[in-house]
Formats: sequence, structure tokens, C-alpha cells
Amino acid sequence: MINYFFRRLFTFVLSLALASIVIFSLVEIAPGDPASFMLGINAQADTIAALRAELGLDQPKLSRYLAWISGMLTGDFGISYTYRTNVTEMVGDRLWVSLPLAIYALFLSTVIAIPTGVYAAAKRGKTGDFTVISATQIGIAIPNFWFAIILVGIFAIKLQWFSAGGFSGWQNGMLNGITSLTLPALALALPQAAILSRIMRSALIETLGEDYIRTARAKGLSSWQTIWGHALRNALIPVLTIIGLQFSFLLAGAIIIEQVFYLPGLGRLVFQAITQRDLIVVESVVMLLVFAVILVNFIVDIAYMLVDPRLRQDSI
Amino acid sequence: MKYHFKLLLSAGILAASMGIQTVQAAKTSITIALQLEPPHLDPTSAAAGAIDSVLYSNVFEGLTRFASDGAVIPGLAKSWEISGDGKEYIFHLNSSVTFHDGSTMDASDVKFSLDRARAEDSTNAQKALFSGIENVEVLSSDKVKVTLASPNGSFLFNMAWGDAVIVAPETIGEIKTNPIGTGAFKFSNWVQGDKIELLRNDQYWGTPAHLTSATFKFISDPSAAFSAMMAQDIDAFAGFPAPENLVQFEADNRFQVLVGNTEGETILSTNNKMPPLDNVKVRKAIAHAIDRQAIIDGAMFGYGTPIGTHFAPHHPDYVDLKANSNYDPELSKKLLSEAGFSEGFTTTLKLPPPSYARRGGEIIASQLRAVGIETEISNLEWAQWLEEVFRGKDYGLTIVSHTEPMDIGIYARPEYYFQYDSSEFQAVIDALNVESNTQKRSNLLKKAQRIISEDYVNGYLFELAFPTVANAKITGLWENAPTQSTDLTDVKWTD
Repeated sequence: MINYFFRRLFTFVLSLALASIVIFSLVEIAPGDPASFMLGINAQADTIAALRAELGLDQPKLSRYLAWISGMLTGDFGISYTYRTNVTEMVGDRLWVSLPLAIYALFLSTVIAIPTGVYAAAKRGKTGDFTVISATQIGIAIPNFWFAIILVGIFAIKLQWFSAGGFSGWQNGMLNGITSLTLPALALALPQAAILSRIMRSALIETLGEDYIRTARAKGLSSWQTIWGHALRNALIPVLTIIGLQFSFLLAGAIIIEQVFYLPGLGRLVFQAITQRDLIVVESVVMLLVFAVILVNFIVDIAYMLVDPRLRQDSI
Repeated sequence: MKYHFKLLLSAGILAASMGIQTVQAAKTSITIALQLEPPHLDPTSAAAGAIDSVLYSNVFEGLTRFASDGAVIPGLAKSWEISGDGKEYIFHLNSSVTFHDGSTMDASDVKFSLDRARAEDSTNAQKALFSGIENVEVLSSDKVKVTLASPNGSFLFNMAWGDAVIVAPETIGEIKTNPIGTGAFKFSNWVQGDKIELLRNDQYWGTPAHLTSATFKFISDPSAAFSAMMAQDIDAFAGFPAPENLVQFEADNRFQVLVGNTEGETILSTNNKMPPLDNVKVRKAIAHAIDRQAIIDGAMFGYGTPIGTHFAPHHPDYVDLKANSNYDPELSKKLLSEAGFSEGFTTTLKLPPPSYARRGGEIIASQLRAVGIETEISNLEWAQWLEEVFRGKDYGLTIVSHTEPMDIGIYARPEYYFQYDSSEFQAVIDALNVESNTQKRSNLLKKAQRIISEDYVNGYLFELAFPTVANAKITGLWENAPTQSTDLTDVKWTD
């Protein structure tokens, strides 16, 4: 068991180390120099050299890599090239938008998907099932930014129930924050809900074919009683796995939605940083997202160990 | 769940209606959107126009400044004397000017600012503006003498740039996040990625602003810009990024649309050293193959003024040279065969991100194909463009808007990315730089425009338009953009 744990831990650390090298090299290889970008087309060569020195870009790549890594180990992500402020603080501020947005979207996606998926499975082959399948097909086919534009057209421009974008901040009250995030969360959630709903449906249909379901029906339970009491719990396992995957997608994948709703989140920060060649911000945010994904995997691995007794034997 | 969602919706309605009420009650604040967010707030150490778009004239001021029509007028300097040889400028500063932190602005701050901009370790993006300065001397607290190495007819113009604003040595350390200037507004707050807030400076030395506060929002996505304006989340959008939607705003009486001019000459930049583009006949053939109006209509939805040389058409010294390169594909084909390319040739067309370049590029490619010139289009980000095209000069053609005012002098630099090397043109610019007689300057400028037009250095397309969409009740916004600025000093709400 201890053996298994340390092997997982080793993989965890190794993945992070490899990821950091890949991220750093990719960002360094990409053409474009931050100092030239900031100073524009009229800048003189000596001015660019002066700024490069000020930013520490004249240092060799290896020492910059080591400085970045050792800084990160102590929680110091460095100073942004363009904004000239602490990257840790910037990322922290942006997380207060992106993390609630991802959670909100995940919540909406789940509460839409599970009932519709269960409904479709229960009505398998009937009109209700057909309607859900068609709706989810459309949901998967249509990209989330298009949903976003439609939602804005209806709820912001026509009905004026919500603002078309922006984030008023948590300091103006919880409700205000949630209101600003509602349309973006809905736009993010709908395509995810469509995927999740289909998985819910097929998992439930599969479970409904099991022997113990027949036993339950034979014992006299109604169709709905069987679903709620026996099938749903077992069918939820693959659904939960997908929800876990969707969370990392929602956290990292909101770049376009944050553009459409001009939200000051992580996605928008990375997008701006890439255009401005704010290398240190790109490296740090991408590294942070990689860390989150690897950490989730690590926790899942450990959870497997707790659930599956076979993994606890040291011989494996 | 239904219940919760209803609750959320009604909460949203409540919040939205409250928002509308506050806007109607207080008509002394404005929320104005720009497409790009400033990287930091120091106009004296970055090329980013977004910094000036927020701070120029609002927070920072220079010795001289641009008026809305582009004229250079007194700023912190109320007057000046120029010596007979044109080398010495004595500036008389306005008295009782204070910085936003309460300290006084005097001649020593001017000396500090100019010396800092031209210092060896300066990171001023327009350091060339200051290169002619030999010495800056404080004569008294409100008098400063600037000595130039040689006379420079555009010195007062140079001092009006956002890169030449006056800053204080005491607050320079934190200027990038907390800018302290002398303007009619003081910096209040910056939520990065979202907004910058300014408050009225009640101690302002000049005419105080009408607005008590202003919020700049940053919306880069064109469809988001449209939505935010339509939903009236914002009061105005300066440099509206979706020209295709302007008609809709014009038709809506809640809004006004201002379409002003800029200093941005949009050109088909040509690598004058890369064969076969080094042949003037080939460049002339390209010029005649281009239908400017089709590009303005197709890429800019009709907004833009055609140009025939590298000069702003609203400038009094502009010469209309469009006839040198009128749309004539037959002539173009003839020129190509005279140059030995009757079968045409292939070159690269590298496009930076703005829509004028990406959309315009497709149109130009098809116009060139019609006369036998094939282009390999590649789309580049700005950072890539700067490295590959601008510094690496690895390109045949590219499309860029040169937004600096009065920048025809770039054609006198053979190492510049056009790689145009004409001793005749260089002599004209050399003469212009030391000329201060208005009539003679005008003649030289006209001559310079003719030379580059007749040498077909680049394809001259159009002057970029500057569209602003605003609430119909706002007055005092600048229609034109003689420099990148959103001057709010005269903006107010009417009833």
C-alpha cells in the first residue's frame, strides 16, 4: 500500500517536472520578444536592450528556468513583464472569477443533465427520449460562444434582465456576483449538460438491463421506484467520472466565454498574456492549470486505492 | 430547482433595474469602453496606444498638447520663445500647477522628465523624439530652457506626444500601477482585466472637468462590444471594433455615431529589397492592380478615406496623388510583362491580427491574382509580425496601419522594414528637419509625398477611420483621433 502511494507520488512529481520543462520550452520557442512588443515599431535598439535588461530577459535560459521553478516552489510566481505586478496576486484575483464560474457552470450542467438523462432513459424509445436526444445533439453540435451570443441577445439586449457582460465583483454582494456570472455559466453549461445527459441516459439504460433490476421489478417495484431506488445510484459512477473531467475543462476552457462576456478571469489573462508575450504569466498560469489537473488525477488514484482492496497489496 | 432559478432571475431583474436607476440619477459619471487594456500606466515607457487612450490629457499633460483637430497648442507651458537660430526654446510654465499628490509641478520636473526620456537606460518607446535635445536647464521655477543640437521644426509637435508628458521624480517608482500626473482627472483604481477608474481633480489648474468620475472598461471582442453598447451597460465606446454594426447604432435614436479621422495610413507595405518587388515597374503594377474602394467597402464596411501617399488626407499639406495608382488591371498586366513577368510571380503576404489586415488581405490577394500575382497568405500575431516582418524583414507584402502622426520620415530610413533607399528622399527629410519656415516646410512635405508615391514604395490604401458609438445625450467626445486619446475634459451629459 505504501509502495503504491509512493509510486503514485513519484509519478505526480515527475509529471509536474516534465510539464514545467515542456511549458517553459514551448513558450520560449514561440517567436516574439516581450520587450519588442511593448516598445513597438518606433523603438530604438538600445531602448529594447535596456528594457530586456530591466526584465531580466538578457539572462541565460537555464538560469531563468531555475529561477522560475525555485520561485514557484515557494509560491512566488515572479513579476509580470507587462503589468509589472506580482503574478501570484494577479492569478489569485482572477481565480475569484474563474473558479466560481466553473463551479456555477458545473452545477447548472449537472442539474440540467441528470434529470433529462434519467427521463430519457425511462422513456427509452418514446417521444420524450427522442426529444431529449435531439436537444442534446443540438447542444453538442453548437459551440458555447454561439450560445453565449444568443443568450446575450435575448436576456441582455432584448429583456435587459442581465448585463451583457463584465463582472461587478464580489465586494458588491454575493447576489451581484452570481448575477454577473449567470449568463456565462449557462453558456458554458449547456454544451456540457448535453454531453452529460447522454452519458446519464446510456449508463442508466445499461444498468436497467442488469439482473438485479429485473429482480427489483419482479419483487413488485414500479418502474420509477426501480430507477430511483436501485438503478440510478449504480449508473451515477460513470457520470461522476465525467463531471470530474468537465471541471478541469470548465476551469481551463472558459477562454472564449470570458472574451465574449469580458470577464476578468484566468482565461482572459492567459489570452492577453499570450498576445503580449508576457511569458512569465503564460508559463505560470498554464503550470497552475496543469498542476490542478495532475492533482485531481493523483487524488483519484489515491481514492481508487482506498476503494479497491487489490491495490492495497504491496505485491502490485 | 425551478424555484431557485426563479429566485435567481428575479434577483437579476432587481439588480439590473437598480443599476439603471443609479445611472439616471447621477449624470456626472461615464462608463466608456476601449478595445485594448493598457499593459501598465506609464505612457513614457511603452508603445501601447491603450495607455494614452486612458491617460493622455486626462491624467498626464506635456509642455504642449494636441487639440482635437490635431493642432499643437500650449499645455503645461503657457508660452515659449524660440531663439533666432532655432536651437533654444525657453518655456514659460503655468503657475500653480500641482500633481495629484499635492506637490507642485515646476521647471525641475520638466528637466527630470526630459532627461529621463533621453537617458541611456531610458525605456521610452519614442526615444527619437528627444534625441535632438542637447541640454535642459532650469532658469527659474516656472522657466526652463531646452537646447537642441540642431534646429528641429517639429520640436513643439514632438513635445505634445503622450511619450513626452511631465512626470515627477518622487512618484516615478510606482507610475506603472499608480500614475500621478497634473491632469483634470486623477487615477483612482484599476481592476486588472476589467476596468480603470478616474476621479475629477478638484485642484486642477485649468478649466475643471464636468464629469466627477469616469470608468474605462476593456472589451476586445467585437460581438461583446456590440452587446455591451446595445444593452447600455456602457455609455460610449471609443474606437468601436465592429464597423459592420455601425449602421444599426445610427438607426437607433438612443445612440450617436461619430466617425472621425486618425493619423493611421493603412498601407500594403512592400519589401523594396526582395525580388521581384525591388523593381519599380512591379511595384507600380501592384499599385494599379489594387481597387482601394473595394477594400474600404469590403474590409471596413465603407469607413475609411482613400489615400495615394503616406500622409493624412485631413492635413493641410496633403497632396492628392491617388491618380498615380488608379485601379487599372490592364495597365498592371502590361507593366508586369514589361518587367519580364508576363506569367506573373508568387510572393508572401503576411497579415497581422487587425481586421483591416485580415479582411483587406483576402481582397488584395484576389485583386492581385486577377493580374497574375499569386500571394501566399499567412496570419501572424503582433509579436510574430514584429519579429518576422518588422525586424527580420522576411516578407514580400504585408498590411499595416501606421498610426503615428506625421511619420513620413520613416521612408528616409533605409534600414526600416520597407528597405526603401532613396538619397533624393533622404535629402528632403534632412532639409525638413532643420526647417522652421512654415511655407518651406509645406513645400518639402509635398515633395516628400510625391517622391514616395512616384516610386511606388508601398501600396497606399486608406486612412483608418475612428468610429465612436455613444449615448445620444453625451457631448464633448473627440470625434477625431489626432493621437491615441480619449480626452474627457470637456465631456458632459445633456438632458
